[in-house]
Amino acid sequence: MILINVFGLLLIALIIWWFWLYKPGEGSVGEGNIVITVENGIYQPSRLKVSAGQPTTLTFLRKDASPCAATVIFPDSELSEELPLNKAKAIVLPPMPPGEHPFTCQMQMYRGTLVVN
Amino acid sequence: MEQKPDKHCDHVPDDKPEPEGNKAMTQELLIEGASCGSCVAKIEGALKQVVGVDNAEMNFAQRSVSVSGYASAGALVKAVEGAGYNAKISQNESDEEVLEEKEQADQVYYRRLMREMTIALSLGIPLMIYGVLGGAMTVTTNTERVAWLAVGLATLGVMVFSGKHFFVGAWKSLLNHNANMDTLIALGTGTAWFYSMVVVFFPSVIPDMARHVYFEATAMIIGLIDLGLALELKARGKTSEAIKRLIGLQVKTARVIRDGEEIDIGIEQVLLNDRVRVRPGEKIPVDGVVLEGHTAVDESMLTGEPMPVEKIKDDQVVGGTINKSGSVVFKATRIGKDTALAQIIAMVKRAQNSKPPIGRLADVIAGYFVPVVMIIAVTSALVWLNFGPAPAVAYAIVSATTVLIIACPCALGLATPMSVMVGVGKAAEAGVLIRNGEALQTSSKITAMILDKTGTITLGSPKVTKIHLANATDEDTVLQMAASLEAGSEHPLALSIVESAKERKLNLEPVESFNAIAGHGVEGMVAGKQLLFGNEKLMREKGIEIASYIDPAQAMAEEAQTPMYLAADGNLAALIAVADPIKEDSISAIQRLQRNNIRVVMLTGDNRATAKAVAEKVGIKEFFAEVLPEDKAKKVAELQMQNEIVGMTGDGINDAPALALANVGFAIGTGTDVAIESADITLMRGSLHGLADAIAVSKATLRNIKQNLFGAFIYNAAGVPFAAGLLYPFFGLLLSPVIAGAAMAFSSLTVVTNANRLRLFKAEEH
Repeated sequence: MILINVFGLLLIALIIWWFWLYKPGEGSVGEGNIVITVENGIYQPSRLKVSAGQPTTLTFLRKDASPCAATVIFPDSELSEELPLNKAKAIVLPPMPPGEHPFTCQMQMYRGTLVVN
Repeated sequence: MEQKPDKHCDHVPDDKPEPEGNKAMTQELLIEGASCGSCVAKIEGALKQVVGVDNAEMNFAQRSVSVSGYASAGALVKAVEGAGYNAKISQNESDEEVLEEKEQADQVYYRRLMREMTIALSLGIPLMIYGVLGGAMTVTTNTERVAWLAVGLATLGVMVFSGKHFFVGAWKSLLNHNANMDTLIALGTGTAWFYSMVVVFFPSVIPDMARHVYFEATAMIIGLIDLGLALELKARGKTSEAIKRLIGLQVKTARVIRDGEEIDIGIEQVLLNDRVRVRPGEKIPVDGVVLEGHTAVDESMLTGEPMPVEKIKDDQVVGGTINKSGSVVFKATRIGKDTALAQIIAMVKRAQNSKPPIGRLADVIAGYFVPVVMIIAVTSALVWLNFGPAPAVAYAIVSATTVLIIACPCALGLATPMSVMVGVGKAAEAGVLIRNGEALQTSSKITAMILDKTGTITLGSPKVTKIHLANATDEDTVLQMAASLEAGSEHPLALSIVESAKERKLNLEPVESFNAIAGHGVEGMVAGKQLLFGNEKLMREKGIEIASYIDPAQAMAEEAQTPMYLAADGNLAALIAVADPIKEDSISAIQRLQRNNIRVVMLTGDNRATAKAVAEKVGIKEFFAEVLPEDKAKKVAELQMQNEIVGMTGDGINDAPALALANVGFAIGTGTDVAIESADITLMRGSLHGLADAIAVSKATLRNIKQNLFGAFIYNAAGVPFAAGLLYPFFGLLLSPVIAGAAMAFSSLTVVTNANRLRLFKAEEH
């Protein structure tokens, strides 16, 4: 019984670490000018490095038919775009200040981050 | 001259998106600066060297390149720029094509979900009926083990066929340190299935009483959620009805006159300054100015104005409106993305996807939601294992599964955007363009509304409002004489007289020995008559008898009209009143605002007497006269200091600072000026009812969002503890995972359906 309880608590700790405390290393950051695929509930890659102070063009390719994937929102730039299915969509973002800027679907379930520096 | 591959393109991560089958994408680039045929090879060569490009073909005549493969737009543009040209990504698909594609894709997805739902439920329902009718869902004998093993494998089949997208999505997001709906569904159904399989294979590790299988739960949950998603997809389609209607207004072809010949061409081929012919009953294809003919145009689809609008030479026509009566030829002044309709569509789309501040809390919660639910599920299982009655394992599994399944971040996440989508669309249908979610939310809270007088409450152009006959016998003759005399004058009041004469189609006579008497009026000979036209002073100085007309003149002044006297050959012919008339429905619109407890204040640069007369006439108690344009913003600030949430309404031209400073700036458009920069909300028709409509729609939308948020919060806040078994110690109640699945599937559907209720919203009758 103790074993089960320890296992349960470890599981909770793992959930907290995996979803909240884990900070992705630089290795998982993609460059701004590759195609972002929207598939299976995620943006791939979901962390992108872009340059500060100049407009950025991002290309999205949505392969996920779920309507949840249809809109991508850049809350910091007050921009949102519809993504067609199986078709590239280029989105031009205005220059952004350095820092991390999220992009998400309407419901915050698909999440990505632009690392601006 | 060799173009090296772009440095940035070398960096392609290992998990680079691979095209699915033949679904590699095609992008179209527009090239600038390509002047000769040899450029073609150079540009194509540069593009082909970009990693991920399969092929690049340039159409020199159109200066466009079609690139297939899966390289990013940025890399392609860079490669072309590296070769010495400018390029931009062409997105010349029409809104209608995009919409059609989206609908087709949705249709395919809907059919897939329905198919998956049918398979899952055709296993789940018989199993559930078996259980409900008292069939043993436990494993005790070997025969039962074999039978349940078969059912377990069939359930696995359902999980693969009908629930694959949940499991793949959950796994991919997990790897990405992300969790979503899929995670919850996959964990919930996966746990139920896995536990049941343990019961089948190793019954001995589970206590006797707990050897229960939950295959029916797995199959039912997957089926119900697929059904919920399918129905939600249908309901979502309805939320974009308003934008579909706007897109549907766009015309596909136009009849232009080139080299004296009328030809039908595609709308994208219409050029600026083309002469376009529109026959009765046809839609006007692009924006323009009438050159020939006269007609009445139904603009209700854009402005919400129900009455057809008369159009004569030099009047503006707007693409997408319907030509009712006559055939006209007009000059195209705005085409493609510049037309009012295209701008309206772009603006509405943008606003529909923007979020009012009220939705932000839900976003923050949605971000933490799934991991929190997972933690609650684990905790609940532990509590049952430690403190629950026998069979504790079974209770622990049921409660954990139910918690995972009942929690619905989607309802929370959908609550705001769905209502905004419908609300902004609904407003657009009434000719009210809302810039963003924030403007929508703030306008629902407005407590004070400042109205500019000229052009907002009034029409903004002085007109002859009344002719009081003295010795003359008919109004037309009076107007004809006055207009002929004033034809050469540039005074604004003079212009209004000439305008009125034109409206009545009166011919102006030549004027002789014209003389303007500063501060008094004018005199001259028209058609053999010695005419005097001006104020009371002029009449007195020239010795014209006006004593019996002082009273009517006084009455005119008190009604905010300027009286002018016309004398012919020494006798008073008539009194002509000129005024900037109050819009027909300003009074009722202002009453509507006041009924909603909004403090209405009028601002004007005009003199006090006119301001007072207008304010009294429209029922405004508070007004400020002789306010300079630059002082309008100060008045906004003054009201804000009194803790009012201030709406400011103006024409957007000289009151931009005031519009910008106000909590919500409303610009009264003319039907063609869509994007008035300083305004948060643009009213497409001149009527102030648009203002009351805008506030009413905002209030209804905010109410709808609150209902949705409240429902979603309560649903989760009550559902999750119930599922965890919080009611069990008190009432012996524990929720079944199947019921949880149904509740979850229909909670987000409820949110979308409630948002759709807004479509039925009707602004109060005028």
